[in-house]
Amino acid sequence: MSSVKYWQAVNSALHEELERDESVHLFGEDVGAPGGPFAATRGLRDRFGEWRVRDTPISEATFTGMAVGAAMAGLRPVAEIMYFDFITLAMDQLVNQAAKMSYMSDGAFAVPLTIRTLCGGHRGSGPQHSQGLEGWLASVPGLKVVWGGTPADAKGLLKAAIRDDDPVIVIESLSLWTRRGEVPDDPDHVVPIGAGLIRRPGDDVTLVCWGDTVPCALEAADALAARGVDAEVLDLRTLSPLDEALILRSLGRTGRLVVVQDAQGPCSVGSEVVRLAATDGFASLRAPARQVCPPFAPVPFAPDLEHAYYPRADDVVLAASDTMERTRV
Amino acid sequence: MTDTTVARRLYRTMARIRHFEVAAAKLMASGRLPGTLHVSIGQEAVAAGVCDVLRRDDPITTTHRGHGHCLAKGGEPKAMMAELLGRATGYCGGRSGSMHIADPAVGILGANAIVGAGIPIALGGAFAAARQGRGGVAVAFFGEGAVAQGVFHESLNLAALWKLPLVFVCENNQYVELTPVSVHLAARHVADHAAPYGVPGVRVDGNDATAVRSAAEEAVTRARDGGGPTLLECVTYRWHGHFEGDPQRYRDPAEVAEWKAADPLKRLAASMSGDSAEFAAIDEQARGEMADAVSAAEADPVASPASISAHVYRRPVGREVLA
Repeated sequence: MSSVKYWQAVNSALHEELERDESVHLFGEDVGAPGGPFAATRGLRDRFGEWRVRDTPISEATFTGMAVGAAMAGLRPVAEIMYFDFITLAMDQLVNQAAKMSYMSDGAFAVPLTIRTLCGGHRGSGPQHSQGLEGWLASVPGLKVVWGGTPADAKGLLKAAIRDDDPVIVIESLSLWTRRGEVPDDPDHVVPIGAGLIRRPGDDVTLVCWGDTVPCALEAADALAARGVDAEVLDLRTLSPLDEALILRSLGRTGRLVVVQDAQGPCSVGSEVVRLAATDGFASLRAPARQVCPPFAPVPFAPDLEHAYYPRADDVVLAASDTMERTRV
Repeated sequence: MTDTTVARRLYRTMARIRHFEVAAAKLMASGRLPGTLHVSIGQEAVAAGVCDVLRRDDPITTTHRGHGHCLAKGGEPKAMMAELLGRATGYCGGRSGSMHIADPAVGILGANAIVGAGIPIALGGAFAAARQGRGGVAVAFFGEGAVAQGVFHESLNLAALWKLPLVFVCENNQYVELTPVSVHLAARHVADHAAPYGVPGVRVDGNDATAVRSAAEEAVTRARDGGGPTLLECVTYRWHGHFEGDPQRYRDPAEVAEWKAADPLKRLAASMSGDSAEFAAIDEQARGEMADAVSAAEADPVASPASISAHVYRRPVGREVLA
């Protein structure tokens, strides 16, 4: 194990996969000589050359489509969409092309494509550099969507994505970018896609979180423990396909559900978790499920506004306490 | 003077495309073919001329009007017809239809139902070819309507910047769906878009198969030799509507008749005078091949509802496994 920052974990994942497999190629804006706008690709061009680590023009739709075509033709491209918000420019290539190519060709073509994108929330980046659009992507059959909430998961999920034969969207957190964590030194450290993780076991209430909200849920669990509430923290890690079995097992133990998310509530990954609880998990539910999420509004810029916008541990504590109080007997 | 062997080969490709599409259009008119169908009848010289200078594994992408390019590239007419008819034996198991023929065995990285979307995918094919070092060249076939899409310009810029082996082939059939091209494009000619990117832009008579072939050969050779992309505009004409059943109120039937007189098959046959019996035999053979494809496909089983979720993922996890 080594203690590394989130961004360093991303960088070492790319380093190792470029080293391991020469079909891996990186595309993106500023990923070459500058080493990426946030240093994720630092040192890679010098090591692997300008063809393996390739600066692209600001043409998200086209370099994403190029990555789709290159994947169909035998390479294993990793394209970086600088901010999550910019993925909207590449949606045709992701939704209509990458996601459907295996299906449309009766399995003749695979698209072993990885898209890395950075969510810029919590940094005063404003309405067009902060959004979490994971719910959009998770609703598309053919795409896999993952989001690591720790350096170890950021690394292991990215490596799993690059080795996967399906298109995988890997979301990374700028809000966690300089946080440290213990990361396995094993060059084959991969986090399986489709597997969530119980970060903290508990019997009273399940706090479901992912990406940016993992620290928030863990902090809330500590505060709840001080009040005598034993919260279980379930980190989804993969947002599509959801680890439904893990969620249902946890609900079977706790009977209570609080989803903590930075993206808006309606039509989101969180509302999908609540749907699961209300259908397959109905027999386990002992209290109304709660979704702790921002208002249905774009992410505001001013520090006071942004602070008020995102869920805080206190909000999670209140919601969890509410589920305890409203429990059916 | 056109080489006889080449002319016969081009004619045969065009005849196969013509008879495939005439057969498909008849199936649709008689209610035996579901969905929507876009045929390229009248435009066959472009597919035939360009694909004649490509290798089997050179990647191409094409459009909603892509039967011709797929056949010319080596696609199997029986599997194509079965797909059009929604049969389990179709290229895509009946789940995709006419606009999505794809075949890695002959480098077809997919026909595509999103206008312009195949262009960056072909760019990726060209990037992979450049990396794989086997001298591969990619071709993006698209219509003049796609020239108004951002990805066309972005891809030209990127292909020029990186000198990728990609030939942009615009099959200008003069109608963007239901609208004449002059209503959609500010430039006089599609080929004019090449110059700002420092790319050769060539405009050719798209109803002259040998002229298309020569222009494509020059562009493909340049790309194979590391000379980068070319924009090749082939001016042709769509005999049928945008889709089968299109009432075509937007154009004068006299204009259609005029272009039918410039039939690319008849033009090639006429240019090879003395060979008419030979061409008639090729024509008859192609007609028979496509009639056989229709009979065989119609005899095949329709796609089963059990296959609805097949191949959504290559490596299913989670709910796919649970399902």
